[in-house]
Amino acid sequence: MQTTDLLPLVLVLAAVAYGFAYMRSRAVAGPLGGIRNLKALPVYYAARAALWCAIPALIILGVWAAFEGKVIQDMVMASLPAELAPQSEGHASLTLSQISNVAAGKLDSARVPDGITGAATLLQELREKSSQFKTLLVILIAVLGGAFAWTRVAPHINARKSVERTLQRVFFLCAAVAILTTIGIVFSVIFETFRFFGKVPISEFLFGTSWSPQTALRADQVGSDGAFGVIPLFTGTLMISAIALSIAVPVGLLSAVYLSEYASRPVRAVVKPLLEMLAGVPTVVYGFFAALTVAPFIRDLAVAIGLEASSQSALAAGLVMGIMIIPFVSSLSDDVINAVPRTLRDGSLAMGATQSETMKNVIFPAALPGIMGGILLAASRAIGETMIVVMAAGLAANLTANPLDSVTTVTVQIVTLLTGDQEFDSAKTLAAFALGMMLFIVTLLLNVIALKVVRKYREQYD
Amino acid sequence: MTDSGSQAELVRRSLKRRYRKERRFRFYGITAIAIALFSLVILFTDIVSKGYTGFIKTTVTLEVPLDGELMYLTDATDPDQIAMADFQAPIIKALQAYFPTATSRSDKRELSRMTGSYASNQVRDLLEKQPDLLGTTRTMEFLAHDAVSVYVKHAGDPGYSIRLTEQQQRWTDELLDKGVIDTSFNDVFFSRGDSREPSNAGILGALVGSLLTMGITLVIAFPVGVAAAVYLEEFAPSNRITDFIEVNINNLAAVPSIIFGLLGLAVFIGVFGLPRSVPVVGGLVLALMTLPTIIISSRAAIKSVPPSIREAAEGIGASKMQVVLHHVFPLAMPGMLTGSIIGMAQALGETAPLLLIGMVAFIVEVPDGFFSSATVLPVQIFIWAGSAEQGFVELASAGIMVLLAFLITMNALAIWLRKRLERRW
Repeated sequence: MQTTDLLPLVLVLAAVAYGFAYMRSRAVAGPLGGIRNLKALPVYYAARAALWCAIPALIILGVWAAFEGKVIQDMVMASLPAELAPQSEGHASLTLSQISNVAAGKLDSARVPDGITGAATLLQELREKSSQFKTLLVILIAVLGGAFAWTRVAPHINARKSVERTLQRVFFLCAAVAILTTIGIVFSVIFETFRFFGKVPISEFLFGTSWSPQTALRADQVGSDGAFGVIPLFTGTLMISAIALSIAVPVGLLSAVYLSEYASRPVRAVVKPLLEMLAGVPTVVYGFFAALTVAPFIRDLAVAIGLEASSQSALAAGLVMGIMIIPFVSSLSDDVINAVPRTLRDGSLAMGATQSETMKNVIFPAALPGIMGGILLAASRAIGETMIVVMAAGLAANLTANPLDSVTTVTVQIVTLLTGDQEFDSAKTLAAFALGMMLFIVTLLLNVIALKVVRKYREQYD
Repeated sequence: MTDSGSQAELVRRSLKRRYRKERRFRFYGITAIAIALFSLVILFTDIVSKGYTGFIKTTVTLEVPLDGELMYLTDATDPDQIAMADFQAPIIKALQAYFPTATSRSDKRELSRMTGSYASNQVRDLLEKQPDLLGTTRTMEFLAHDAVSVYVKHAGDPGYSIRLTEQQQRWTDELLDKGVIDTSFNDVFFSRGDSREPSNAGILGALVGSLLTMGITLVIAFPVGVAAAVYLEEFAPSNRITDFIEVNINNLAAVPSIIFGLLGLAVFIGVFGLPRSVPVVGGLVLALMTLPTIIISSRAAIKSVPPSIREAAEGIGASKMQVVLHHVFPLAMPGMLTGSIIGMAQALGETAPLLLIGMVAFIVEVPDGFFSSATVLPVQIFIWAGSAEQGFVELASAGIMVLLAFLITMNALAIWLRKRLERRW
């Protein structure tokens, strides 16, 4: 049976165990004079049986499903005769897909070498065996677990405590998923990054001024298959983010100020959700807008006033990204402005200052650290934004300061390097992970600093 | 006395300037809001104006003579003959009924490019299914060729007629007048997967893919997120581990989504050997991505349950777990649901991480399970937006409208839930 079928089966078994244990606990309690004389309510005996039935079986199932494919793959590859044994990883994946296509009947077995056909039969066999064995094992463990808990339905055992302890542990594990995710992210980028730096020296990567991972222009070129200098990507990312922030910060901040200080209640009730709608629009929609509407418009405009412009410009991507970040900045600054104590504002107004003077001279300086934190968060968002730049900024790694030129960013390169043909050991693919690592570190630093600043600021007025 | 008098004078004289500044400041605020709202309006009108034509299909209805001689076909039950026969010929013949002068080789070629390239398959399928129709004349409805379709939908715009010859344009206009070429609601768009030909491409494949992916995301992210929130709010001791978990959640909430794509590629595909471009991997990645959102909003919902409820339950002897599961949890449920729906809406619109795990492939079939290759709505929009043919742009914006409709529905549902179910204490 497949994993997707086994999962509901285990749940059904757990429900059965629940029912049986429930009935047994009532049966046990009967002669004693009712469930009052049990250490726990019948539902707890039942819940314990369900947990004993489901949890071990699910763990086995999860582990099996996670490693089944990989183990079978390795066994099949190891079975290949020497002359078919793959030379490189790229070759290996090709052979593997050939084998699985033959096994699935998509490829005629007469058209491939005998070794492949043999491997395909082996693959089929192993898959069947693994599936049978998995089904048996999971059902066995589920039944055994349920049966064990069933025998332990006794008046002197406090099932509630063990159920609650188990639940609490499960809750803890769920919370620990956050840690696991972070660890997973770090490990998934770190190995490939180190392998990358084994091929391309780190100084070349950090300080090189040319980026062309695709082409091998000359044999004596760095790394002999393309140049991996990250500077053009950095300048591109920075330029687009700077354009975005120079739109989003003033617009977002001023609208937050207006909404919190001047706007009447009905205006606020209408405008705020509208602004938040901008935040809910998917990034691919912004990308579409930037690539098909804003970029051509900017190009035509530039050509009309006699400037040279490429059809994919940093300006278009930056402008649209700025629009996307407006609600982010405005809602953060709204929070921060509202956190400034009422007394400061009242004091200033009582001294005869106008509202704008109060805003500029009292509230704004008081809220500045919080606003800075918000801007840092917005910057990290702009740096990590992918779809808008993939669709509108272009691929050419130009080292330029002209916003009408096409530039490329770190995220664009990650996407392009990983969506084409894939060989896991080429410097090209590994470079994507190195870029991912840089992106992760930079955004992490920005976030940590920003959260610290904001928290410190909040504590100041709490 | 004179001193304070001159001070008052000073203030009075500066008042005009200060009020002017005040008005200017207020004007800046209004301008900022106007810019933001204006962008919103432009964005939506742009998408609607580009995309409404995506919901329209152009059809050609013809009296097709299923003449065996024309198709080099004597017996429609013979698969060899079916394989060799020319099914384009009767369509051209049917069109020639309207344009008897179009008989030259190049004219015929132009006529064959009035209907889409699946038109001849349509004739073949009909004959394969009902071989006895050979020799009769049938009224058949074909999808128009993309160039024709685009020309009809954007009548009068020269940018959209470049792929038709002048003769074809004349023919199209004439057939339009006669009602042979007609436009109607594009049911193809909602009933098919992707295609190389815009008029034949649909969004159903991506919709089903999104549904499957979101199913996985919901099944994982909601229980795990809620359980994590319950743990952190109710059970977590204040120690290093708890602090570390909290720091991690806050940081994960701000990690760029593309990083989660790298995680999915390296861990789920690389280590666990799950296949590429399947909803399971997409759902797992999106679940990890939405977890922080769900945890944070669920914690806020739990926090808003007043302590009196807890104390009352504890007072009559409930255990900590009973207090949480029987009292706090049900009361916090609406808030948790609201947060989860908003998190799911985010996940539904997410594109970047899915590109890295291969959900960007060209897939024609509608996916039929969690382990079949699929793409999702936003990725389909991305693919169409990057296609060169004019017809795909309108499909991309039509797809965006469908996506936005889903998002608006989900958000409206969240707001309704909050208003309807959330109790104010």
